[in-house]
Amino acid sequence: MKKIISMMVATVLALAMMTGCSNNNTTTGSVSTDGSTSMEKVIGALGESFQNDTGITFTYNPTGSGSGIKAVQEGRCDIGLSSRALKDAEKEAGLTATVLAFDGIAIIVNPENPVNDMSVETIAKIYNGEITNWSEIGGNDAEIVLIGREAGSGTRDGFEAITKTEDACKYRQELTSTGDVITTVAQNPGAIGYASVASVKSTVKAVTVDGVEATEANIKDGSYVVQRPFVLVTKADTALSESAQNFFDYITSADANAIISAAGVVPAN
Amino acid sequence: MKKNQFIEKLIHGIFLLLGLITVGCVLLITVYLVISGIPAIKEIGFVDFLFGKEWASTASEPKYGILPFILTSIYGTAGAIIIGVPVGFMTAVYLSKMASPKVKSVMQAAVSLLAGIPSVVYGLVGMLVLVPGIRKVFNVPDGASLLAAIIVLAIMILPSIIKMSITALDAVPKEYEDASLALGATPIETYFKVSVPAAKSGIAAAVVLGVGRAIGEAMAVMMVAGNVPNMPDSLFQSVRFLTTAVSSEMSYSSGLQRQALFSIALVLFLFIMLINVTLNFFLKREKE
Repeated sequence: MKKIISMMVATVLALAMMTGCSNNNTTTGSVSTDGSTSMEKVIGALGESFQNDTGITFTYNPTGSGSGIKAVQEGRCDIGLSSRALKDAEKEAGLTATVLAFDGIAIIVNPENPVNDMSVETIAKIYNGEITNWSEIGGNDAEIVLIGREAGSGTRDGFEAITKTEDACKYRQELTSTGDVITTVAQNPGAIGYASVASVKSTVKAVTVDGVEATEANIKDGSYVVQRPFVLVTKADTALSESAQNFFDYITSADANAIISAAGVVPAN
Repeated sequence: MKKNQFIEKLIHGIFLLLGLITVGCVLLITVYLVISGIPAIKEIGFVDFLFGKEWASTASEPKYGILPFILTSIYGTAGAIIIGVPVGFMTAVYLSKMASPKVKSVMQAAVSLLAGIPSVVYGLVGMLVLVPGIRKVFNVPDGASLLAAIIVLAIMILPSIIKMSITALDAVPKEYEDASLALGATPIETYFKVSVPAAKSGIAAAVVLGVGRAIGEAMAVMMVAGNVPNMPDSLFQSVRFLTTAVSSEMSYSSGLQRQALFSIALVLFLFIMLINVTLNFFLKREKE
């Protein structure tokens, strides 16, 4: 019995060593990415899975969308990551954008709240303190309680960028996880919060924005506006290195969709 | 014989090494905190950092003033002591002097159980019961507030206060009390005029221990206090403590923001050192 076990262990070890060798021999090199901090979760998960499957070293430098775009332009990384669409000037400078995923943010209220629909302008006014009572937008006479995320959170960053309320939100509570936001909104009839669409539960009500529901299809076709694209930025005139091209194909293939969805965003491909 | 001596020395060495691990950890943490906490204070400016009233670490023009956190931590701890100490102290007097042995053993088991509940459970119960409760009782828009944090902290420090006070009260020589009773004092007079004064440094140590527990608590407080960096002007305001300031922003922080978080941790560390020194002072006095 002992012999069989030790032989099995030896075989497994030998196989592991062989695969290790073959990885090192066939695919050398690395792929470097640089950019959006909001994409940390999704690109981190993709990178880890890619590294496990191929043995190619993956690096990610969380600097912000602007720096990432600049880095790929100057050739300091293989693929730039941006959590906004490219500007026309950037496209003219020879950059190509490939949308990896969409980050949809649901606006959630308590199920008892009669308000079902809001415009983006209303949401912005609520969060910067211009509208403070639900009765002003057709709800009950109750103060609006603003629930948000902590400074530095990707969801907060995205929400404030889309509604243009950066540094202006008058939060009543800053919580450190999506789950806490949902629980708190579910508890308080006057509360409003935001959370990534994938994590919304039935204990809260996601309002429609300008009449459009926050579903995966509406996010993909762009009709639900509280969303932003996660973009892979590459140079149009220069080809990617072999390993970088491998990574690019890997994460834009349909096989990567499960990983992208698990990171809480809607896959684009 | 020689072999025995060798084993003795070997074991002595191993025990010394194990002891040094603890000392090493303390030194490592202290040195690390000081090294990583100083640069941000230098860059922001000592006065602007400690007495700045605004904290906006990710704004386009970042502000790093931690006065709101310091005041919140002080008010929160003071509030917890004001509620927790009378309750804990009376409980200790009752358990040590008046309760029958049966009641005493049951209640002491309950107190120990309270001490063993993880802080995240206190936070969860606070979030699901206390916060909505405060909202309804006081008719405010939201219950996550300084008051909620104070109540949670007051309950969390009860076990340390009760246990430490009981130990101090039990140690009062029975002769003191017998003498007082023999002179015609009632039992209640005896407890409050003889036993309690005799145990006062132990009870003071209990209070200081409670302060230490309250000021260092992060998890439970984070779940009920709302975490907005407001100045603590009212009991119903959403506030951020020193501990939660560090833990809530650490995960996504970078650059000066991250360094400033280490500086907050350093300030908190100094507070706790101060409390420890006070505690040692009282404990020493009790021994003498």
